[in-house]
Amino acid sequence: MSSLNEIRQMFFVECEEQLEQLTDGLDTLQEAVSDGEQDSETVNTIFRAVHSIKGGAASFSLDAITRFAHIFETILDEVRGNQQELTPDLLREFYGASDYLAELVAQGAEGEETDEAVLDERTERIAALSAADGDEGETDFSEAFVPVSLDFGFEPPEGVEGPQSTGFSIRFVPTPELYANGHEPLHLFRELETLGSLTVEAVLDEAAADEADPATPHLSWSLALEADCDEGQIREIFEFAEPYAELEIMALEPAAPAFDLSAFEAPSDDEEGFVPFSDPGSDADLGAEPSAETSSPPIADTPPGAAEPAAEPAPDAPKPAPEEKKSAAKAGPKATVRVDLDLVDDLINTVGELVITQSVVTQSIQEAGVQKGTRLAASLEEFRNLTRHIQEGVMAIRAQSVKPLFQRMGRIVRETAQIAGKDVRFVTTGEDTEVDRTVIERLVDPLTHILRNAIDHGLETAETRIAAGKEPQGTVTLSAAHRSGRVVIEVADNGGGINREKVLASAISKGLVAENAVLGPAEIDRLLFTPGFSTASAVTSLSGRGVGMDVVNSEIKRLGGRVSILSTPGQGSTISISLPLTLAVLDGMVVDVAGETLVVPISSIAETIRPQRSQIEWADRRTQMINLRNIAVPIIDLGQVFGYSDVPAMDRDGVLLLVEDDQGAQRALAVDSIHDQRQVVIKSLESNYGHVPCVAAATILGDGRIALIVDVDEINHRAAAVGTVASKEVLA
Amino acid sequence: MSTDEVVPPSKKREFLNFYVGGQEFCMDIMPVREICSWTNVTTLPHAPVDVLGVMNLRGAIVPIVDLSARLGLGPCERHERNVIIIAMVSGQVVGLLVTAVSDIVEVGSDEIQPMPRISCAEASDFIAGIISSREHTLRVLSTDALAASMTAVRAVA
Repeated sequence: MSSLNEIRQMFFVECEEQLEQLTDGLDTLQEAVSDGEQDSETVNTIFRAVHSIKGGAASFSLDAITRFAHIFETILDEVRGNQQELTPDLLREFYGASDYLAELVAQGAEGEETDEAVLDERTERIAALSAADGDEGETDFSEAFVPVSLDFGFEPPEGVEGPQSTGFSIRFVPTPELYANGHEPLHLFRELETLGSLTVEAVLDEAAADEADPATPHLSWSLALEADCDEGQIREIFEFAEPYAELEIMALEPAAPAFDLSAFEAPSDDEEGFVPFSDPGSDADLGAEPSAETSSPPIADTPPGAAEPAAEPAPDAPKPAPEEKKSAAKAGPKATVRVDLDLVDDLINTVGELVITQSVVTQSIQEAGVQKGTRLAASLEEFRNLTRHIQEGVMAIRAQSVKPLFQRMGRIVRETAQIAGKDVRFVTTGEDTEVDRTVIERLVDPLTHILRNAIDHGLETAETRIAAGKEPQGTVTLSAAHRSGRVVIEVADNGGGINREKVLASAISKGLVAENAVLGPAEIDRLLFTPGFSTASAVTSLSGRGVGMDVVNSEIKRLGGRVSILSTPGQGSTISISLPLTLAVLDGMVVDVAGETLVVPISSIAETIRPQRSQIEWADRRTQMINLRNIAVPIIDLGQVFGYSDVPAMDRDGVLLLVEDDQGAQRALAVDSIHDQRQVVIKSLESNYGHVPCVAAATILGDGRIALIVDVDEINHRAAAVGTVASKEVLA
Repeated sequence: MSTDEVVPPSKKREFLNFYVGGQEFCMDIMPVREICSWTNVTTLPHAPVDVLGVMNLRGAIVPIVDLSARLGLGPCERHERNVIIIAMVSGQVVGLLVTAVSDIVEVGSDEIQPMPRISCAEASDFIAGIISSREHTLRVLSTDALAASMTAVRAVA
């Protein structure tokens, strides 16, 4: 039972992957459609994704998923078979269907009950899209799922020429990739056998067998299937093998004149098996055949491209194969392992301790007076490199691309847009950006809030947009990028921007700011993050409960990140979230400030400067400036920021660390001296204590003492916020 | 996680006795993780005066609170015999600097009397009750109140 559960778990994990492919494919299609192109390859990918979900769901008796996926698949198949044109409207329905499928999968994973009414409605909705009449879909459904029972009682008369049903002649020529991908023809043939009586003939390609390459398959197969089924059922069996093999399926019927046996080049001793098919049977048998489809001439009725006329297999048949191969290579199922997350976390903690121990060893050996250039020193260097390698490797295990997160957000955007009644184009960039997976998990709620806000409050209604001279469809962009050792995730909308007057008025009426307060635009924007603030005149069901943005802010802060907002009236707003790349280690510069040891993240240091006295000037009573390449850069004394010392470090012959903030403004942090540069393990101060202003976290140094890690961004932030006010007053 | 109440009257509880600011206190032994000697701490900027800093407890960062100062008895006089009680207070590990620990006593919970509300001293806020025996009177430190004060510290920080 437990192993079944495990498999079930695996199925849902795979479903996630399939859903990802599905959404990806839809995005690709959307681009293709808007460019007026046809992309049959992507339609195939989508079809396969839905089909796999259906198949898996059926084996776990997840009826709701099976039912819905089947109808969805039917419509996709119509598009695939060019029976339907892919219009933007249809694509929108597909998005809806894929979202609903994701919902069903989620319900299945949680073991929740599916709302039958919704399922019915959704199923009908998607079924109504069918180009064929609705009944056919239903028949197809039952056929596809009880195919075996149709044929079970059917005993084909072997070797006897008796009443003959339809049959198929199948030629199957595998490529090396077929085996490389773990397919086994025997299983396929066995499955075929469930449809009816099967005769298999292996054909040895002797010319190829003479060639030296043992990896090239030399066998191909000619199969004769007597079965009361349609070609689709056979194609379904070969579904996953087809990209790696040449497959020809010929509907055989006694009366069909188009059939050319010679095309199959069956060896003579196989002829017996082929005789019943090639023999023109009686017309009475044909009449008895219930399926109208199979009794009509094959070329006329089969969907284009499904069955190639046997006379010209060469120009057409191999064509789909390379294309599909390409898509398979692109979506590239790399070999992966599933690992228990706890194991990875354990490993990360252990590696963290290893890094600390390594620095303890290094420090002790240095203290013991080992000279550089000795063997010990060289080995130590090697040890250090290896430790680093291990650490980076372990971190890479934890890193995950933000793609699934973005796709999930896509669903939220579509759902929100629908409820809000706004036409929204959702654009994502930088989906391959990798972030620590704990960070990704914890980004879901904040991003949901931000996106809902962007659509509900940010974007105007279509009428307002047209009146403002914009295109009626609003755009929301979600992007991710690595920027100077951090991950920056941005949500941008091209809506109306923040209505600052309204924000300020609202803040005043709620008593969040004093009535006579004079606030700059940026300060007003930041009011959105104040607890208990809401600008919506009417509380909507989407956002506007007034808890959203401050929750976002605190959640991001908890991740060691920062939220900033940039808004241009009439042009939209951008909310940026800046996050640390990993929550475990950083490269730091160990500095001394008034007798205390601090660590400054290397990623934020642009350069270090040992200034001349003459370069330093007093900007005002409290602030010093340094003239750096003719730019006056304000000096922030870390000793004063942390209250360690009242004497400016510059008066103690200090060193300056040049840092830059998000806006590119430079500041110089004054410290007494620089000790060392090393990798430090980040230890949370907050878990046992709380947030300390301008301190990001703590670390343990080689001698076992704790050093605080300086939060340069927060220092910059505060310095920027104060403007002319001296930093000390604000920090105190 | 109230450790001060709801205990069946017959049940015996263990208390750790310690000296702070020249007075004897005790606390429930359940939240106490270990007792360690004084090590150098790293001071935290902008911390309240009674938060001495953080120490490294086998890789974990633990804040150290001067209990004497927290109770309003003035800063603890530094002495070699000073010890730190490592306790789990509302999910956080905290080190409490005390002058010395003396004993562990077993007391029935019915022997704990409520603290008479006569003084308005800061210390009485942290006292959950009084254990009086023939020899002496012990004040029971309320870990809940301590936890609340830690939260207040965080809010300030």
